[in-house]
Amino acid sequence: MHRPSTGAILFALIPFVAICFSVTLWDRIYPMVLGLPFNFFWLIAWLLLTPLCMWCAYRLEATRASDAHRPDSSGP
Amino acid sequence: MNPTVVALAIISIIVATGSFVGLYAGTRHKMDLEQWIVGDRGFGMLLVWLLTAGEIYTTFTFLGASGWAYSKGGPVLYILAYQPLMNVVAFFILPQVWEVGRKYRLQTQADFFQVRYNNKFLSAFVALVGIAFIIPYLQLQLTGLGMIVEVASYGAIHRTPAMILAFMIVAAFVLTSGIRGVAWVSVLKDLLLLFSAVFIGVAIPYIYFGGIGKMFAALVRSKPAHLVMPGATANLGHSWYISTVLLVSVGFYMWPQFFGASFSAKSSDTLRRNAVVMPFYSITMPLMFFVGLAATLILPGLPNGDLSMLTMVRKTFPAWFLGLIGGAGALTAMVPAGVMILTAATLFAKNMCRTILFPRMTDQQVTKLAKISVLVITIAALRSAIYSSTTLVYLLLVGYGGVGQFFPGVVLGLYSKRVSMLGVFAGMVAGVSIFIPLMVTKHDPIVGLNAGFIALCCNFTVVAAVSLLRPAGPGGFDEPLQSNVPV
Repeated sequence: MHRPSTGAILFALIPFVAICFSVTLWDRIYPMVLGLPFNFFWLIAWLLLTPLCMWCAYRLEATRASDAHRPDSSGP
Repeated sequence: MNPTVVALAIISIIVATGSFVGLYAGTRHKMDLEQWIVGDRGFGMLLVWLLTAGEIYTTFTFLGASGWAYSKGGPVLYILAYQPLMNVVAFFILPQVWEVGRKYRLQTQADFFQVRYNNKFLSAFVALVGIAFIIPYLQLQLTGLGMIVEVASYGAIHRTPAMILAFMIVAAFVLTSGIRGVAWVSVLKDLLLLFSAVFIGVAIPYIYFGGIGKMFAALVRSKPAHLVMPGATANLGHSWYISTVLLVSVGFYMWPQFFGASFSAKSSDTLRRNAVVMPFYSITMPLMFFVGLAATLILPGLPNGDLSMLTMVRKTFPAWFLGLIGGAGALTAMVPAGVMILTAATLFAKNMCRTILFPRMTDQQVTKLAKISVLVITIAALRSAIYSSTTLVYLLLVGYGGVGQFFPGVVLGLYSKRVSMLGVFAGMVAGVSIFIPLMVTKHDPIVGLNAGFIALCCNFTVVAAVSLLRPAGPGGFDEPLQSNVPV
């Protein structure tokens, strides 16, 4: 199988570090942001930021795939 | 008008509409095995999104998440963590699985193991473990459905008849329409679930506290420890969080039913883009947490946290709205249950009976046996749901720990040439036989870590050790198909 590019893997590691491994840094109530305790705010923010990271990974992979064969463009 | 009658009427209308959609979806298609289990591999982005969302956001989302926010507090945040991360993992695995699936005409997860490792006992073992862990997940859906209908009908319908009726409907649309029926029922279910989650998640904090921010201000004043880990628990701290999030993120898409759902996509790119956008749907999860947290202040001391959301809704809103939530909740159990029944039945007929016992079975006979198994599995899950009383979260964690043990075989099977059949088989047996005793003797979490995570680490170690000692022969997905067992 063709392996994912290093760039895509690095983009994928960002959410893992932010959401999972760094838990001791952000699992706290203060500072409260938008009325939410910091840990709730942080994880909700990463629901929006994770797709952004993965979209970057997708661009990298799609460019690579189009060198080999054209990616299909079936849409919703 | 009597509130019970109003609520019941709304629930019935929603369930009846859902059943009609499910039964109708399959009428224009000839239901051979390929159409029934993978929808002829023709689903576009929207249908794949709905199907995946339909399977991920189950009764557990509806009841378990608010239940944990209510009874455990901070540890509930693990749900908000694994949902985006499992899609990060899916981005690298599902498109690859799809490519292999199209090349070799795979229909189930056990087919994948059969073609990659070329051993019928491994593939039958994968099917057996898959079915064994689907049953508790099905039981979770059933129990949740029973609770929802019982509370939403103001106790007029007892949970047992509700479970029996709903599962007969599920079996009916699975039999007639297969995966296509399930995907179309998800359309209705997702709309209702989104609407009700957003509405109650915003309205309940607003009605009782004047807003979400004010609710948190009240919580910070009265129970600050409830909002961070380990919350109201003794042992669900940060090491538990990290190990559980890692296990569930890699284990989630190892559910056998997600392989079938992936094969139904039209292209691997559809799956890749689906993995990118999927986390947006999880925005409904924190809203369920808010309802559970509001209940800790408004309704302290409920005996069963899983009922906190429904009890809050019943206390706050009129009967018709409770009926709406009840209907949405019932569909939320029925949609994923449909896929699980379909998958377990196919695994049993195709990968256990045909592979081991009757290699000469034709595709038509496999389809017929799978349809009979639909009824058997439905009845087995009903029996265990009626006669048991475990909590929703316990059932869910049993399932994740179990199916997570497939991960080394899948990911190494895709990306490593050196991994051997013997290694994967030994690792999986080691993982499952470490996990089950820990679960049964209630040693989860153990030394602050998730038991399934420990089992998965042992599994990986065994796979690596055995594969190094007894290197793999030729095989894998780049080689021509050499199996003599029909797939």
